[in-house]
Amino acid sequence: MDFELSDEHRMLQKMMREFADAEVAPGAIERDRTGVFPEDIFKKLGELGVLGLPFPEEYGGGGADTISFVIAVEELSRACGSTGITYSAHISLGGAPIHMFGTEEQKRKYLVPLCTGEALGAFGLTEPGAGSDAGGTETSAVEDGGEWVINGTKCFITNASYARAIPITAVTGRRGSKKEISAIIVPADAEGLTISEPYEKMGLHASNTTEIHLENVRVPKENLLGRRGEGFKQFLATLDGGRIGIGAMAVGIAQAAYEKTLRYAKIRRQFGTSLSKFQAIQFKLADMAMKIELARLMVYKAAWLKDNGKNFSKEAAMCKLYASEACMEICREAIQIHGGNGYMREYEVERYLRDAKLLEIGEGTSEVQRMVIAREIGC
Amino acid sequence: MNIYVLMKRTFDTEEKIVIENGCISDDGVNFIINPYDEFAIEEAIRLRDAHGGEVTVVTVGAEDAEKELRTALAMGCDRAVLINNEDVEDGDQWSTAEILAAYFKDKEFDVILGGNVSNDNGTGQIGPRLAEKLGIPHVSTIVKIEIDGDKATLERDAEGDIEIIEASLPLLVTAQQGLNEPRYPSLPGIMKAKKKPLEVLELDDLDLDEDDVSGRTETVEVFLPPEKGAGRILEGDPDTQARELVRLLRNEAKVI
Repeated sequence: MDFELSDEHRMLQKMMREFADAEVAPGAIERDRTGVFPEDIFKKLGELGVLGLPFPEEYGGGGADTISFVIAVEELSRACGSTGITYSAHISLGGAPIHMFGTEEQKRKYLVPLCTGEALGAFGLTEPGAGSDAGGTETSAVEDGGEWVINGTKCFITNASYARAIPITAVTGRRGSKKEISAIIVPADAEGLTISEPYEKMGLHASNTTEIHLENVRVPKENLLGRRGEGFKQFLATLDGGRIGIGAMAVGIAQAAYEKTLRYAKIRRQFGTSLSKFQAIQFKLADMAMKIELARLMVYKAAWLKDNGKNFSKEAAMCKLYASEACMEICREAIQIHGGNGYMREYEVERYLRDAKLLEIGEGTSEVQRMVIAREIGC
Repeated sequence: MNIYVLMKRTFDTEEKIVIENGCISDDGVNFIINPYDEFAIEEAIRLRDAHGGEVTVVTVGAEDAEKELRTALAMGCDRAVLINNEDVEDGDQWSTAEILAAYFKDKEFDVILGGNVSNDNGTGQIGPRLAEKLGIPHVSTIVKIEIDGDKATLERDAEGDIEIIEASLPLLVTAQQGLNEPRYPSLPGIMKAKKKPLEVLELDDLDLDEDDVSGRTETVEVFLPPEKGAGRILEGDPDTQARELVRLLRNEAKVI
């Protein structure tokens, strides 16, 4: 057993922390208010070589491991949840499926621009009637000559406005009553494809959340990602990795809420003493510190399993489930300890709570995580 | 161009100083590259990128300083040297300058850069002392450097004014805040840092005996500045306040 970060991890953590404090945190309140996407931050992350972090160097990536990815997501999310989710989705939903299932040519064409930061990564899975229940997928792709003709609607798609190509899932046929689902890469500028941003969200205001309409969109047959009919399996594998990212986001936001609250509790005086001297407040802060520590350990463990080529589905679900629920509890208590101030935007803890709620929903709700764990333990 | 940077590992600027048994405790302390040395590293990398050559970052310190050297390599330095001074008794600025002088004795160098001061001891002596021993010119607290052939044009912070200086190479300069904005190490830089050469030298390797370089100063006592008392707000009209202030300055503070 070794709980130490390597020299590279430590350096990356320091670099990401300093970058997040200096470049990401200062505009977070303003971006929450305006919903303006942090394009300049992503330009700088591209220059730092972080946008291709876990992908091989031959595609312009950084050749780093999942632990490094987790560190980067945590530090960005600590400063700004919207920046954290944009980054996490870019890597784990946008880049990862192309890296895992793409042909050499597809990787050259679609993964390289993601690594260099010319485009952001997105993944078109969710539909109005389908998310974790892939059977509800309505989007269809029909072969016509050498092309796929795609029709349907995708919703809640992160980063699509900044993507150059989007892998989407579609029904490509039927085996009896069962739908055959495949993933197909669709260029964002394809005719018949429209991307809109119609949502008013509870939080993560500066993250780009879109709806994609596909109307008779024609793409060449070779845009099929991976094997035909394996879309479902592929997206399960993609989400396993994505869940580690969500877990890391939860740790980052929780850490931010905890740090702010600990500082506040030491300064704020009531009844002649600082809040941190009251045992009721101390116990809350102790619980926060403990839950963050546990959540981070679980996130690291899932990442470590992935890096070592071991099965990590169960642990990815556990880390996402535990970290996101812990994060919500921590944010709620952070507001409570801040009292009336906590309800005000300038103290930021209310933003953390609004941002954190998504973590119990996106990439599989907490209930779906429990289903995954239950299946893995043999129920 | 052969460029060298003198670097020191120091306490993080946000650390609280704790004294234990008459010494400053480094228990659980975060260490960083001395911020002024970071300016020097950044400038060295820029000079290399503009003029070619190699940047070597040198530190005199304990084994742990390898971490900060790796960070300097991740930023873009080409090689690193750690001169172990753990056996030096009561090491001081004189000791460090002697060790560095021994190291540079057989080196070819065009520019040596260092920080203006370290954020711990803050003596600002290492650069000038080393330049004297090497018999080369030095310019301290620079905020700009331009090199053309074997001539350097420098801008130096002179208590808020700017002094413009020309100097010939080889040259030693120390960096002042404002010289540049140090870069973040990039991810590829971090991944490459481990593969870059890092040489560890003992005093023996420099033909030095630990007695040759033991400190010339003696630390008599280490203490923290007295704790700042609470502020006091004087009451009453301006005349009363002024009278009270004069009384306090005379009777309590005893400064007038």
